[in-house]
Amino acid sequence: MNADIRPIRTPAEQALIAELDQLPSVNDRLGDLRLAAARSFEENGLPHRRVEEWKYTDLRTLMRDAVPVAGTAAVAEADARAKLLREVEARRIVVANGAVVPELSDFSALEEGLTLRSLADVIASGDDVAARIGGIVPGRYDAALALNTALAKDGVVLEVAPGAHIERPIHVVHVFAGSAPAASFARSLVVVGEGATLTYVESFEGPAGIAYQVNSATEFYVGDETHLDVVRLQEESASAIHLSTLLFEVGRRTQLHTFTFAMGAAVARTSLYATLSGEDSHIAFNGATLLKDRQHSDSTLFVDHKVPGCESRELFKTVLDDQSRGVFQGKIVVRQAAQKTDGRMMSRALVLGDDAEMDNKPELEIFADDVQCGHGATCGAIDDELLFYLRARGIPLKEAQSLLVQAFVGEAIETVEHDGLREALIACAEGWLKARA
Amino acid sequence: MAMLEIDNLHAKIEGEEGREILKGLTLSVNPGEVHAIMGPNGSGKSTLSYILAGKEDYEVTDGSVTFEGEDLLEMEIDERAAKGLFLAFQYPIEVPGVATMTFLRSALNAQRKKRGEEEISTPDFLRLIRERAGGLGISQDMLKRGVNVGFSGGEKKRAEILQMAVLQPKLCILDETDSGLDIDALKVVSEGVNALRSPDRAMIVITHYQRLLNHIVPDVVHVMNKGRIVRSGGKELALELEANGYAEYQQDAA
Repeated sequence: MNADIRPIRTPAEQALIAELDQLPSVNDRLGDLRLAAARSFEENGLPHRRVEEWKYTDLRTLMRDAVPVAGTAAVAEADARAKLLREVEARRIVVANGAVVPELSDFSALEEGLTLRSLADVIASGDDVAARIGGIVPGRYDAALALNTALAKDGVVLEVAPGAHIERPIHVVHVFAGSAPAASFARSLVVVGEGATLTYVESFEGPAGIAYQVNSATEFYVGDETHLDVVRLQEESASAIHLSTLLFEVGRRTQLHTFTFAMGAAVARTSLYATLSGEDSHIAFNGATLLKDRQHSDSTLFVDHKVPGCESRELFKTVLDDQSRGVFQGKIVVRQAAQKTDGRMMSRALVLGDDAEMDNKPELEIFADDVQCGHGATCGAIDDELLFYLRARGIPLKEAQSLLVQAFVGEAIETVEHDGLREALIACAEGWLKARA
Repeated sequence: MAMLEIDNLHAKIEGEEGREILKGLTLSVNPGEVHAIMGPNGSGKSTLSYILAGKEDYEVTDGSVTFEGEDLLEMEIDERAAKGLFLAFQYPIEVPGVATMTFLRSALNAQRKKRGEEEISTPDFLRLIRERAGGLGISQDMLKRGVNVGFSGGEKKRAEILQMAVLQPKLCILDETDSGLDIDALKVVSEGVNALRSPDRAMIVITHYQRLLNHIVPDVVHVMNKGRIVRSGGKELALELEANGYAEYQQDAA
């Protein structure tokens, strides 16, 4: 890497390295993993625009200062601030400032085949499942993930036994509580056994006006013949920095659907990594991003087809108002063995603000010769003909725009299977549009 | 007082130098009247309808348009609709993701709001739609789909008439509503239009062919050529045009 042309460390890097230096030396697998991650961060620092994967999200510039690691959140405050998706019937587990809050979490009457614990408890008890932390490796250095691996102490560990069908969604509510900027790190693990089904929800929120930083990573071991739906809603405060990583190891004949909805944060980056290592699986990574003011939001996907016969679909919709900036990077790799792969990726952006910017970077790397892969990216304003038609029926300009934006984003949200979640996300989009009008 | 008064209207495409499309068009339409405007391709018929509806691609360089005593050209597009002007499009546009029901309700409520009326209640709205859709052969399934998405040419035209029937405008402008319709569809559409004829409502029917006017019988027929109305007469004028074509007007104007 270009270490030679980056001679000085930024204040943020210095502060993070000071934090990493205080890591206790624990002589076990997790301790080693943390130290290795810390060392790789010290070596590489925060990524900047000359690092290809972060070309459009120059974190070194965007994250000027690192803030101290957050302390324990007050239970009442965390409860009051955790508002997202409350109307959806789900088992709620609250993670405040990176730590599970037992008082606000429902660990009772777990369905048969469901094991749900905090990561801190799992580590303390020496359970074997802890060995899975850090087991899914993205195949390229990722600074956000390295920091998470080194610094996250708690999160959720969820296991679904083979064949178990967990009807009620599990909702992990990430919330920041406090009145001073601080950083929170959470690490979660989801293991879905063979033939099991699960709907897993993550949401992120925090107080307005506070420049807190959130770094979350979740590893998903998606077993053979499972059906896993992941729905994610990021609505951090408009002053916050949100970095998150979702890692998937996907087995055979699996249905994996994710929907990532991003509306919040001053700077947000969500990376999804999926390794398809079982044949005949179908994955769909869909998402929607709504941005305004000077928000910056980046969705980066990396799908690695290692075996034959898998299908991958990506549909991302981005709406950009004011001077916001959106980034979509999607890379599909098809290994030589992965014949009969069918991969399709689409990113569409609707630009409302004159000074908004969208950067689309689709990449295909294909080593097999019998595959179908395609990608597309579009970027444009609202169609004037459509607007005229709506206005000619008496719908005022702003309302006509709202209807069309809703229709645009709706195409992606409609892919969410769970009725309650889908309706809640549609309501979120409506709320965003109302605030705009 | 006339409902619509167009006086010496001149217009060209916005931003383009030179060529005027409307060159001094004058037309007066009273409540209760149905006016047909006929003319060859390129005579400016569609341009006239777009300018009345407020499409921003055109620039009025001279003349005036008064709608119920107010300057129509000063009004926003949606304001014109709320005042009671409706354009049935020649090519109704598809609006994916916006269900016809949502669209109709948004339009109706936006117009009512602008006029200072209350929003329509859900039961009243559903009743209104059921009442109007049935006669036009528009199914519940079509109403749930995106506006005009996947509709055939005939279905699109019927959907336009449904919108008109729901919004109850004062002035209906039908821009080549007969194009792309087979004989049966033409009948359904015409019946829909005739059902809306009333002493308070005026209509401008733009068409190439006399055929439509067998079904929607006009009070006045105008011949338009090269951006102007060159002749006006009764409904028998349409028959004459059908027999002789537009050639004599094109020569006259040249």
